Amino acid sequence: MDTILQAVGVLGIAGMVLASVLYLVLRKFAVKEDPRLAKVNAVLPGANCGGCGFPGCDAMASECVKAADKGSLEGLLCPVGGKAVMDKIADALGMESVGGDAVRMAVMRCDGSCTNRPQLREYDGAQSCRVAHITSMGETACAYGCLGYGDCVAKCEFGALSIDPEKGVLIDPDRCVACGACVKACPRGLIEIRVVTPDKTGMVVKCRNKDKGVAAKNACAVSCIGCRLCEKKCESGAITVEDNLAYIDAAKCTLCGKCETVCPRNTIHKIGEWETPAEQPVKEEIKNEEQ
Amino acid sequence: MTNKLIVSLSPHIHSGDSIQRNMYGVCIALLPALLCSFYFFGLGAVVVTLTSVLSCLFFEWFINRFLLRKQELTISDGSALITGLLLAFNLPSNIPLWMVVTGALFAIGVVKMTFGGLGCNLFNPALAARAFMLISFPVEMTTWPVAGQSWATYTDAQTGATPLSLIKEAAKSGDASLLDQLPSAIDMLVGQTGGCMGEVSALAILIGLIYMLSRGIITWHIPLSIIVTVFAATGIMHIANPAFASPVVEILSGGLMLGAVFMATDYVTSPMTHKGQLIYGVAIGLLTVVIRTFGAYPEGMSFAILIANAFTPLINNYCKPKRFGAAEGSKK
Amino acid sequence: MKTFRIGGVHPEGNKLSAARPITIAPLPQVAVFPLGQHIGAPAKPIVNKGDKVIVGQMIAEAGGFVSAPIHSSVSGTVLKIDTIVDASGYAKPAIYIQVEDDVWDESIDRSADLVKIEDRPELTDKEIVAKIQNAGIVGMGGACFPTHVKLSPPPGSKIEWVIINAVECEPYLTADHRLMLEHADEILVGVALLMKAVGVHKGYIAIEGNKPDAIDLMTEKAQAYPDIEIVPLKIKYPQGGEKQLIDAVVGRQVPAPPALPANVGAIIQNVGTAFAVYQAVMKNKPLFERVVTVTGKSLAQPSNFMVRMGTPMQQLIDLCGGLPEDTGKVVGGGPMMGKALINTDVPICKGSSGVLVMNDKEARRGQAGPCIRCGKCVTVCPMGLEPYLLANGTVNEMWDLLEANQITSCIECGSCQFTCPSHRPLLDFVRIGKSTVTGIIKSRVQSK
Repeated sequence: MDTILQAVGVLGIAGMVLASVLYLVLRKFAVKEDPRLAKVNAVLPGANCGGCGFPGCDAMASECVKAADKGSLEGLLCPVGGKAVMDKIADALGMESVGGDAVRMAVMRCDGSCTNRPQLREYDGAQSCRVAHITSMGETACAYGCLGYGDCVAKCEFGALSIDPEKGVLIDPDRCVACGACVKACPRGLIEIRVVTPDKTGMVVKCRNKDKGVAAKNACAVSCIGCRLCEKKCESGAITVEDNLAYIDAAKCTLCGKCETVCPRNTIHKIGEWETPAEQPVKEEIKNEEQ
Repeated sequence: MTNKLIVSLSPHIHSGDSIQRNMYGVCIALLPALLCSFYFFGLGAVVVTLTSVLSCLFFEWFINRFLLRKQELTISDGSALITGLLLAFNLPSNIPLWMVVTGALFAIGVVKMTFGGLGCNLFNPALAARAFMLISFPVEMTTWPVAGQSWATYTDAQTGATPLSLIKEAAKSGDASLLDQLPSAIDMLVGQTGGCMGEVSALAILIGLIYMLSRGIITWHIPLSIIVTVFAATGIMHIANPAFASPVVEILSGGLMLGAVFMATDYVTSPMTHKGQLIYGVAIGLLTVVIRTFGAYPEGMSFAILIANAFTPLINNYCKPKRFGAAEGSKK
Repeated sequence: MKTFRIGGVHPEGNKLSAARPITIAPLPQVAVFPLGQHIGAPAKPIVNKGDKVIVGQMIAEAGGFVSAPIHSSVSGTVLKIDTIVDASGYAKPAIYIQVEDDVWDESIDRSADLVKIEDRPELTDKEIVAKIQNAGIVGMGGACFPTHVKLSPPPGSKIEWVIINAVECEPYLTADHRLMLEHADEILVGVALLMKAVGVHKGYIAIEGNKPDAIDLMTEKAQAYPDIEIVPLKIKYPQGGEKQLIDAVVGRQVPAPPALPANVGAIIQNVGTAFAVYQAVMKNKPLFERVVTVTGKSLAQPSNFMVRMGTPMQQLIDLCGGLPEDTGKVVGGGPMMGKALINTDVPICKGSSGVLVMNDKEARRGQAGPCIRCGKCVTVCPMGLEPYLLANGTVNEMWDLLEANQITSCIECGSCQFTCPSHRPLLDFVRIGKSTVTGIIKSRVQSK
């Protein structure tokens, strides 16, 4: 019995002493954290994708708190959560909600699948777009287009990207959160984070080829040749042609679709309508006009 | 010209070396020792070796095909064949076959495939399987048939003490006269002693070593550092106390040669740099002597190698190759 | 025989064209001059469409200090200034000239008489460098670094030696070998000029042991030059790398980047550059032609040519019996560091030391397997790096790890990938890692 009591006594006292040491240390070295940080963190999606431009959601939270101290949340946006999350953050920080209402998503600006571009040579190296990019212009005559080894697909944390051997890189609008990882992964800068309509659509020139008309035409069946037909046809002035390449400004585009019908190369498409027929329907009247 | 031109980054030529060349090279180097084991242990050796090799190949194929569902089968790269041969080399020739199959499953299934297959395993599969079997089947794994019996013996073979157990007993009791019962060094070199199948003839293993060195499959760093370390450590102990066996006997007995030449030199589980390999070899040598002299088992080679395997990533991290220009940089 | 101390590999020599004397290649119909033939800023064209040019006339001026002018190798009319696919595999701006006759600039001395350095005692070091700069001379071993920049070492570094790289460690290539056999006297004068330009009194000409005839000839001729020593070296790749060569010849190792060879007191020049320097300074002839080896096991007749710049490679291949049916790859340069070309219309540039034709079987890489951690890449790396680690780190984007393991020291010699028994594309990834880490370091330096 004595033994038990002794043991209980010794351990009990030791426990008390150590506990008080722990308590004192805890008080002494306590890290004061802004309580707002935890609140913001709770609202953020926790995907740590880095789409906001900061390394992970923790960093985003502290940026938000800093911004709140300065008086405005302007310029901060969690692309994954969008406006809903930014509103909640503003609410948690007692701020007015700003911005974040524009819906963004990644848009692929090349339609150069195997069917559209004839293969001229064979690449025999590491299966990586970045390596293929520094090796040569690629397997086709287009030095600007998709290389097709899927660096962007590998980098997407949300499973939004896939490669279809017939159609090239496809982006699933439902899954894409516009984090921008694929943009950084693509050595040719083919993916762009664009402002799109709330139901995630918009008009895109699916080409980045800056070669002159003939060269671009020979390289790919659906290349932009810089003919300026779309620029002339556009009523809202959303289309500009620079370096033999058309670009549609999403802010001005009214989605009328006239550029799509006028394009002789079948290069302009509405996001979400991925199906590019293998046989390109040649628009007769435009062909005649060209001649 | 009909072909499409191929583009790739330089270099555009290759030395012609391949995994297969190295792996089958090791298999050829294992042949003399294999034939010796057949000669000394007869039918039992043949049966155990065949079982071990076939079951290793089977498990490699089965796991890749049905569990991992890989398209490319790795069975032809030769690594499973080596594991099978080395596992057999680490077993007594009178062991029941189901134990061999269990060992093969452990080697390929647990030690190799769970880590990701060839190139990813932390431990040498054959040795890890031996350690597993030594703990699971202690009796069967430590009754050694005597070499040179009639050809058709298998489980009915006469068993006897190995030189190492004699050495251990002598060291424990401090009775140097026990060492007189040891076979002569020449016998141990050629192969007249009991023990595992592969360790019976040091000479056959040395022939394999010379073959591997001449073909550039391995370098001298690991085997030599192990052998020299064991020789030096046991030499000092022998001079200090004659109850410890002589260094010549130590390096010729047991699995030391087999371990130093074929097990410790396994590419996957040994360090990358020559400096690291020397450290690794010395560590294995010292651990072997410590286990042999002070440990519970008479043989310490396999445990020494497994322990050193565990330190390989650490050695790789700290033993960087000598960078070009590093010395000059610090001088200035 | 001496050699460098760390790593190295022994690819098969395959010097198929070593016994073939240099022949003069016929003029092309259209010569094409890419504006970016050298490291540094591209040259700026100073001719327009329709202009008449003659041989040796400057058609593009240097785009900066680290740049070089380009001279026409032919006489004729400027067709257009357009783009052409060069060895990089991308279309780059270039000047096209329609060849008409062969009219040379009269100031060029076309005689074969040897002008010795004693014949022109009035030449100062500055004049020599200026002449080299105006002649558009760049490193002719393949790196194409403007020679006048190398001859203007950073202040504070004391140059002790000029080392001439006549190693030609790349398999197949024999251009430097033939040049030494046929123009030994001129090369020695060129070396003397280079030494005078930087004011040193010790020059080495390093030649690998697989060219015993060149070693004998050069040793004999060099007896007239007490300052120049011929150094035979053991055969080992990549001995022609600047840093390896300095280590092999004088036993000094250049520290990790950003240190330059000049920091240890050496300036390296290719033997072809020495010849070009002789022609530029003594004969007033700008750099517009060079020796090119056209080789390959499948070619009917591997040969060495003296080629005017701008000649399409296809024309040289035709002189060797035409492109074989089973051709898989055409490499500009040697097989270890050359660039695979995407077509054979690529013009010969200042750095084109060879054209290598490989058949389909030779050209294909082996199927890559898993890393078996054999450590052979570590053993052969001439810079003492760990290629397996650098390649894996690149795949996993561990840039800090790569920087700590000195990925920027990689000289991209390809020894690791050449050796890898698993045929892994080590160098493909290391290149990506190296350029990324270099970019990270640069932006960090700039932000400070």
